[in-house]
Amino acid sequence: MSRGHTTAGHEYPEIPAETLLTVEDLRTTFDTPRGKLTAVDGVSFELEAGRTLGVVGESGSGKTVLSRSVMRLLPKRGATSTGRVRFNGHEMVGLTQKQLRGIWGTELAMVFQDPMTSLNPTMRIGNQITESLRYHLGMSSSEATEHAVVLLSSVGIPTPERRLHDYPHQLSGGLRQRVTIAIALACGPRLLFADEPTTALDVTVQAQILDLLAAQQRERSMAMILVTHDLGVVAGRTDDIAVMYGGKIVEQAPTKTLFAEMRMPYTEALLGSIPRADQPSHTPLQAIPGRPPDLVSPPPGCRFAPRCPYAQPRCRHEEPPLREAPTKGHRFACWFPVGTPEGRQALEENRVRGVALDPARSVTT
Amino acid sequence: MAEALVAIEDPAVLPDTVGVRQPRRFTVLFWIAVVWLVLIIALAVFASVLPLDSPTQVFACIPNSAPSWHHLLGCDELGRDMLSRIVFGARVSLEVGFTAVFIGLVFGGTAGLVAGYFGGKTDLIISSAMNVLLAFPALVLALAVIAFLGQSLRNVILILGLLSIAPLARLVRASTVVYAQREFVTAARMMGFRSRRILFREVLPNVMPSTLSFAIVAVAVAIVAEGALSFLGLSVRPPAPTWGNMIAEGSTYLSENAWLALCPAAVLCLTVLALNFAGDGLRSFFDVKDSAL
Amino acid sequence: MTTNDALLSVENLVVEYPVGRGRKVHAVSDVSFDVQAGETLGVVGESGCGKSTAGKAIVQLPRPTSGSVLFEGTDLVKLDGDQLRRFRPRLQMIFQDPVSSLNPRRRVEDIVGDPLSVWSAELESSVASKQERKAKVAEVLEAVGLDPVSAAGRRPHEFSGGQCQRISIARALVLEPKVLICDEPVSALDVSIQAQIINLLEAMKARFSLTLVFISHDLAVVRNISDRVAVMYLGKLCELAPSDVLYRTPAHPYTAALLASIPEPDPAIVPSTTGRLTGELPSSIDPPSGCRFRTRCPRAEERCAAEEPVLREVATGQRVACHFPLVEARPAAPANVASQQSA
Repeated sequence: MSRGHTTAGHEYPEIPAETLLTVEDLRTTFDTPRGKLTAVDGVSFELEAGRTLGVVGESGSGKTVLSRSVMRLLPKRGATSTGRVRFNGHEMVGLTQKQLRGIWGTELAMVFQDPMTSLNPTMRIGNQITESLRYHLGMSSSEATEHAVVLLSSVGIPTPERRLHDYPHQLSGGLRQRVTIAIALACGPRLLFADEPTTALDVTVQAQILDLLAAQQRERSMAMILVTHDLGVVAGRTDDIAVMYGGKIVEQAPTKTLFAEMRMPYTEALLGSIPRADQPSHTPLQAIPGRPPDLVSPPPGCRFAPRCPYAQPRCRHEEPPLREAPTKGHRFACWFPVGTPEGRQALEENRVRGVALDPARSVTT
Repeated sequence: MAEALVAIEDPAVLPDTVGVRQPRRFTVLFWIAVVWLVLIIALAVFASVLPLDSPTQVFACIPNSAPSWHHLLGCDELGRDMLSRIVFGARVSLEVGFTAVFIGLVFGGTAGLVAGYFGGKTDLIISSAMNVLLAFPALVLALAVIAFLGQSLRNVILILGLLSIAPLARLVRASTVVYAQREFVTAARMMGFRSRRILFREVLPNVMPSTLSFAIVAVAVAIVAEGALSFLGLSVRPPAPTWGNMIAEGSTYLSENAWLALCPAAVLCLTVLALNFAGDGLRSFFDVKDSAL
Repeated sequence: MTTNDALLSVENLVVEYPVGRGRKVHAVSDVSFDVQAGETLGVVGESGCGKSTAGKAIVQLPRPTSGSVLFEGTDLVKLDGDQLRRFRPRLQMIFQDPVSSLNPRRRVEDIVGDPLSVWSAELESSVASKQERKAKVAEVLEAVGLDPVSAAGRRPHEFSGGQCQRISIARALVLEPKVLICDEPVSALDVSIQAQIINLLEAMKARFSLTLVFISHDLAVVRNISDRVAVMYLGKLCELAPSDVLYRTPAHPYTAALLASIPEPDPAIVPSTTGRLTGELPSSIDPPSGCRFRTRCPRAEERCAAEEPVLREVATGQRVACHFPLVEARPAAPANVASQQSA
């Protein structure tokens, strides 16, 4: 294996990993009737080959626009995107549509939330798979069909030969998502974007699809960016997690570090709002009050401050920078981080002052 | 605790995008359209008191003469003043176009709403009736109505109204089916609302915009169709002018003097465009999107 | 008539609809359960299991093929259109899609106030005048966490998904129903907003003394909000138990499989693939014979294909329809007796 450093048995930190994707100061704005909407606001991160990054945030946090910006899949009109995106040796910003078409599907592939809308309803699924094989890899029709059968069975579709002739509406939601994954994997991409791949599916199918993505990723030593609003989905399945809020990364860390030493109150709140099956019934949930910020005119200071139980006057006018935590690879943006003396003091002060924004939290803690 | 839980969303503390509304403004295009429509309607209403030649007087000027100071739009092949004919023609044409489509909207729209909302056998019966109406040859229908009821403007309107019922019913039915499946309709039924209330308060306002934009085009079609009937001697008898019969007559001279057909056609075209722009403008002014989600 | 004093009692509910050529979809097949006043009954299952259809059949939209739905002792199935209409204010429903469930062309005050103006005359309620209606709308909007002054004049598209769901809840509550059927009310929302809505439903339940039927595919959510949980699979009820019992000791293999698929928000727990459900949901046009879950069941034997398991009690309040349940029935437990378990 050429990228052996990602497999078990090697000391990961000692061998310099091959950086597959570098994003620097990415900024994407949309022109809206109300003004300029900054959906992604100065995001930087790196992704090494074969690794999985989870991007987590509420709707409106910019997580989907971020993935579209990296892929250069933005609408032609009204959207501007600046910054650097370096993927597998390509400078993605500034590439023409034609150059991008050579990268999409072959080196960079994607799986979307709704398999029904990402598949062409009037085309047999066999043709939808072979189309890209013939276009990108120059396969003959029979070769492509043969390969499509292999692909379909590798994503766990029973009787793939028969399924080739089906239309998308003849398949269940889970099978459809398997087909879109097969299409995405067809040309052996090095990076797979999965944007809420399981949100439209049942829990049982969700588990199957996430297992499938993990297995395929291991097999093909492909990197993956898993975009979701559910921390539960990414917890056991990613190497790193980036938490987005208001168009910015507010915390990023290796997955275990993030859960063990989370510093950003937003991450804590996001985790707290998930109902847990191991808690007794009627446990009050720690809801995050309010709603995400308006990205046309975001609040000054920290964007989470209006909803944050730790917020102090400083948070409302001074924006915290994304700074390094003691643990390697852990970054966060907060003046009063969770689990530090400052954070505890801030929380305590708010409690004393009775500014407990989140009543559920004060009940449970 | 219940109270504490409930008072989660405190507008004083939380940023609320809801507060920001974009200012609504009419575009220049909208105002141009409105001016044109007002002009056309005013001309039609006050045609008889305006200093115009009689639209039927032949040799008021040199036949086929180009526009001049006295005859702003020139003259037709019989030397009648084009401007006068267009102004007087507007009376008939606008009346025919709007009334016919109004008839279609009332009957076709109701049929479409009922068919789309109730579905099942009701839908089957109404849709079949509409298909029969669509399949019925328009000219035969026109001849039959004229034969039985006589030749008059009222009967022309009746014919064109009848003909516009089926297409409008189909359109309304199609969008009603979509909205009838939406959960707010189910919610309304759950509230115990009666069908009539649901149809007119919940469904109709949603179906209206697309129907009206189609109806505007239907007005133009009806105006031209009136011309065809007139050409066949089934409508207002020449020499009385209508936009339709001016286009129809002029089209026989297309190679010699295209102006005769193009001039009324251009007026018709501008009027329909103006109706569209005015309609669009009004719609975006009262714009109601689905949620921004 | 049954002997129990349940507020809502669903008996042998069957919903089928034709799909042409004489075939029909068996959406709900012979499902019975009770809902006690003041409790929350969760209904879980994958999409296509008939849980939403069952929820809609309870409110007779559309009417079930057969069976009965007893509400305070009255069989809703037997009522004619107008009689049923008079029962409507007492049974309300909220839906999954917060956007689709609100009319985009109407203002919030009309959406919430219309039920009042339609019913005020007929119910001779205290909200007969326009002022009183307005006050009532404001009260309910306030209760669901919206500012009545700024919200009343706005249309749904000016609100976020979570706020739209609050408006839906306000509309359902304005007639002060006894039963609120929640059909996947939080499935379309982000986790953070989902928690707000669940907390809100709990608060509303207490404030308006509601009885909830909470339909969802998310087991963690159902566990959180429910007193008892009914698990459905392919139109059949598999298991019905108090939620803490069901989650601690699931009796039906399908329940166990569902529980195994819940994603754990904890990186220490490596998702295991054991106990996962494999295969596809069979067609509800031609469901498997015997136990409908047998085609995907790890414990299935010949008996499961031949004989349909009936719902029987395996522990106090825990009933399961399985020949080989994961929890063995105590010998003394009489089979198939309606549980007298309370909330």
